[in-house]
Amino acid sequence: MYYVDLAVTGISFGCMYAMMAVGLTLVYGLLRILHVAHAAVFALGAYITVLAANAIGSLALGFLASVVVTPIFGMAIYRLLYEPLLKYRPDVPMIASVGLLVLMQDAFRIVFGEQGITFRHNPLSFTTFNVSGITVSAVQIAIIVAAAVVFAGLHVFTTRTRIGIGWRATVSRPQIAASFGIDPIKVRYLNFAIGSALAALAGGLVGLLNNFVDPGIGFVVSYKALAIIVLGGLGSVRGTLVASLVLGLVEAYGTIFIGAWLDRDAIAFLALIVMLMIRPQGFTGARTA
Amino acid sequence: MSAYQISIVSIIGINVILAVSLNMISGFCGQISLGHAAFFGAGAYAAAVVMVGTASVPLAIVAALVAGSLLGIVVGFASLRVRTDFLAVTTIGVNFLFIGFVRKQAWLGGEMGISGIPATGLGAAGNMIMILLFAAATIALSLYISRSWMGFAFRAVGEDEGAAATIGINAAAYKLAAFGIGTALAGLAGGLYAFFTQFITADAFDFILSVTLMAMVVIGGIGSTWGVVVGAAALTLLPEAIRFVNDYRLLVYGGLLVLVIRLVPGGLAALAQNVLLRVRRS
Repeated sequence: MYYVDLAVTGISFGCMYAMMAVGLTLVYGLLRILHVAHAAVFALGAYITVLAANAIGSLALGFLASVVVTPIFGMAIYRLLYEPLLKYRPDVPMIASVGLLVLMQDAFRIVFGEQGITFRHNPLSFTTFNVSGITVSAVQIAIIVAAAVVFAGLHVFTTRTRIGIGWRATVSRPQIAASFGIDPIKVRYLNFAIGSALAALAGGLVGLLNNFVDPGIGFVVSYKALAIIVLGGLGSVRGTLVASLVLGLVEAYGTIFIGAWLDRDAIAFLALIVMLMIRPQGFTGARTA
Repeated sequence: MSAYQISIVSIIGINVILAVSLNMISGFCGQISLGHAAFFGAGAYAAAVVMVGTASVPLAIVAALVAGSLLGIVVGFASLRVRTDFLAVTTIGVNFLFIGFVRKQAWLGGEMGISGIPATGLGAAGNMIMILLFAAATIALSLYISRSWMGFAFRAVGEDEGAAATIGINAAAYKLAAFGIGTALAGLAGGLYAFFTQFITADAFDFILSVTLMAMVVIGGIGSTWGVVVGAAALTLLPEAIRFVNDYRLLVYGGLLVLVIRLVPGGLAALAQNVLLRVRRS
């Protein structure tokens, strides 16, 4: 049953990566910017969740606060940092983004302290279910359910609503979408808002999983998310989902097979580099590379 | 000079070599590398292993150069497969992979690193002079390349690979050359660093260092050798000059990176050029 346990761990991590990475891949699809600072958004989401949950005493309200506040931060990043830099080479905004991430991470350390914060009322973290020998924690279930709901919702939104269809149209053919009366600037804000909300949700769930939020929470996840979106073929949501789940599983099993000579966190990049050398355009993407 | 001043000047020298060599790859040739610390680390580990084994300084320097450029040429081949953004992510990956690999290697000291690296026998001041000589040589090489046909070809590849190819520039060969030269110098800096500290761990070569090096290049002015030298010296001295900032070093680096990119995307070099132009006009 050990292998099934690993699969559950792998899938829950994969779902978490997917929620983190989808915002990144959408920003790339729309603006051709590697939004490295997305990790800062993720960490901010985790901090707001834990602080609000501790202050109000309700986990649900903590998550709500973070999902409402974080998109504003994400849109501010676009307005203040990326928009003025769009006319330069794509690595200029990327370097600015790296700078913002480093700055935010240190700001979190200074403002919230090096030690990190734990949830005061967190019944989920200590609840586990035992189904015929397979141990699943409540947080793992919450992550998988949240991801399923979010991606089903996203699918409905982008295929059934006018705004969602306009969004997809702008990502694939900005000029034609604009000539059909879709405001590309509004689409960008929408993009950053939704991507940031998903990252915030993932951040809160990771905080819940570890029962701990510290300044480094977004650090490694963010670089993994970069690896994932490249694996998924930059700009492709479906590719990102597949790559996230595959990476979650590869990591879970990888730690027992190659953990002796390579750190768990390096596995993602090994997979990434091997993959890029074989298929430079990613798992599914053919359009961007 | 006090021991403190000697160590500061030594670190400036090492950072100048690193930043100038990164500038050859990312500035001249336009291949954004966010994993320069890995090549620095490869050189440091190679030099440390050779020093512990043979205590020969020239051998250690050769080992550092070779280790840096070997890893660099492998990554250079990656740059032939993937373009700008993909390459940036790949190099970030190389950095994490390097640390993840070294940490698990018992023969490289694992998490504890390599300590007790034999002294070079030159003393702290002698080491400093050696570092400065190598830094001067690196700057001279960079200036020479910049003015040579190779520098022209690098810039052509960096600006527009397709256009470079139509005028008969072999983009692949020049990219590999840029990676080979730049990373050999980073390896050299690693060797000098191992001589200087006599103790290395994998954590000294993390991604944050790569970002810091990129910050030196960008703040100095990407593509300008002297701008990058000034950027490297300034960012090394900054935490020393304002002591209270030391705890907030990353905050300041990140903030500077954002501000400089946002206000003067060309860095200090572009700023100086603009000022010069205005003075000449008036």
